[in-house]
Order: sequence, then C-alpha cells, then structure tokens
Amino acid sequence: MAVLRRETRPVRAAPDIVAARQVVREWAVTMGFSLVDQTKIVTAASELARNVVVYGGGGTLSLEALNDGNRRGLRLAFEDNGPGIPDIEAALRDGFTTGSGLGLGLGGAKRLCNEFEIESRPGEGTRVVIARWK
Amino acid sequence: MERIPILKMGDCLLVTIQVDMHDRLATTLQDDLTERIASTRARGVVIDISALEIVDSFIGRMLGNIAAMSRVLDAQTVVVGMQPAVAITLVELGLSLPGVSTALNVEKGMALIGRAVGKAEGTNGGPET
Repeated sequence: MAVLRRETRPVRAAPDIVAARQVVREWAVTMGFSLVDQTKIVTAASELARNVVVYGGGGTLSLEALNDGNRRGLRLAFEDNGPGIPDIEAALRDGFTTGSGLGLGLGGAKRLCNEFEIESRPGEGTRVVIARWK
Repeated sequence: MERIPILKMGDCLLVTIQVDMHDRLATTLQDDLTERIASTRARGVVIDISALEIVDSFIGRMLGNIAAMSRVLDAQTVVVGMQPAVAITLVELGLSLPGVSTALNVEKGMALIGRAVGKAEGTNGGPET
C-alpha cells in the first residue's frame, strides 16, 4: 500500500478541533470523496479531535492519503500522551462517558468509518486510527 | 467575544448559524438563547442549520439542550434546514435528536410554531383580550 501524502497537525486546544475538521474536509474533497463520505469522516474526526483535547490533554492528528492499487483511502491517526483509557470496551459503548459528553464519540466515530483501531495504555496515552475508503 | 446573532420576529426568535462553530461558541449560544427567550417571552425558537456542514455529538447535544430549556420556558424549538448528508451522518453517529422538532426550512419552521402556539392558546380559553 502506497502513502501518497502525509501531514501532521497539532491538536492542543478547542480551536484545533475546528481546524482538524477543516483540514480533513480539504483532504476528503481533494481525494474526490462523495459529500456523504466527506461528512462522515469529518464528523468522526471532530469527535476524535475533541477526545484528544478534552481527555488526552492535547496531541496530534496525522493524515495519510493511501492507494492500495484499486482504491484510495484517507487514514487519520489521533494521538495523545494523556492518562489513557483503562477499559476500552466500556469506552466504545454508546452512552459511556467519564466527562460531560453524550458518550457517542468513540463508538460513533467507529460506525462512521471503514477501519477503526484503538490502542491505549494507562498513564502513557491513546492512539486511535480510522480510515475511510472510496 | 464572538457571538451568533439572535433575531426576534413576532413571537419567535430566529438563529441562523453561518459559521463552523467551535465548542465555546455553541455553549454561548445556548446561554444567550435561554436569556432571550425569558426576556422577550418568545413562544418559539427557529434554528437554521442549513449552512452547517457537520453536526457532531457536541453540537447535537447543544441542540437538544436548547430544545429542553426552551420547553421549560414555554417556548418550542424547531431546527430547520439540515443538509441530507448531515442527517445521514447524525443517525449513523447514534444521535437522533430526541425531543427536537425539525422542519425543512425557516418558513415551515415558523408555521409549525404558529400552529403549536395557536393550539395551546385555543385550549386555554381563547386569545387574551
């Protein structure tokens, strides 16, 4: 699988959530995603960027444009060095939250993408990778 | 501080969201609207989101909160103009906006509120004189 383009952006504070939405939208438009697919990945990115800011204490978003021969994909990695998630299964369940949100962020982002991976170590941080193919 | 304008039209308040809202702006709108409903005794709130390219769980929660708060203050909230791609994404995200009325556009939203207010006053013994 070839990586056609790669970029990393800081996600530190609330305005970076809006910036993350905008950069993901730009990439999805450039790659020719349909409007519904653009909306899905931008919405997933918004949820995950907010998690990085609110729970992870800031981190990064890495974007990658992929080509695996017959299809193109957009892969986003959200990383933070925050407290980590002790129980990932619980965190993925709808309605589960340790903050003041609706508890739809992680599970919702997973439903909006074709690929979803999460790694988290208590005390070290969290890394969530999503991809959408067209 | 940056704010989203709230217009008064008869018995209704009209809010047109035209920017990609950051979280603080959404929270400010929620507070401003609650205050304006109380101070103007509005019976309805129409929120036009036709320019919004996404509604994530934070904005969805704000819309739900506004609807709930206005109901407590005897006003009805109608969210209008949601783009089809946004609606598809919202449902997949797991958010069906319970308790939030919706209409296709501002005109239909205003009509919905007009009917609801007329009905409520009709069953309460007719219009005030």
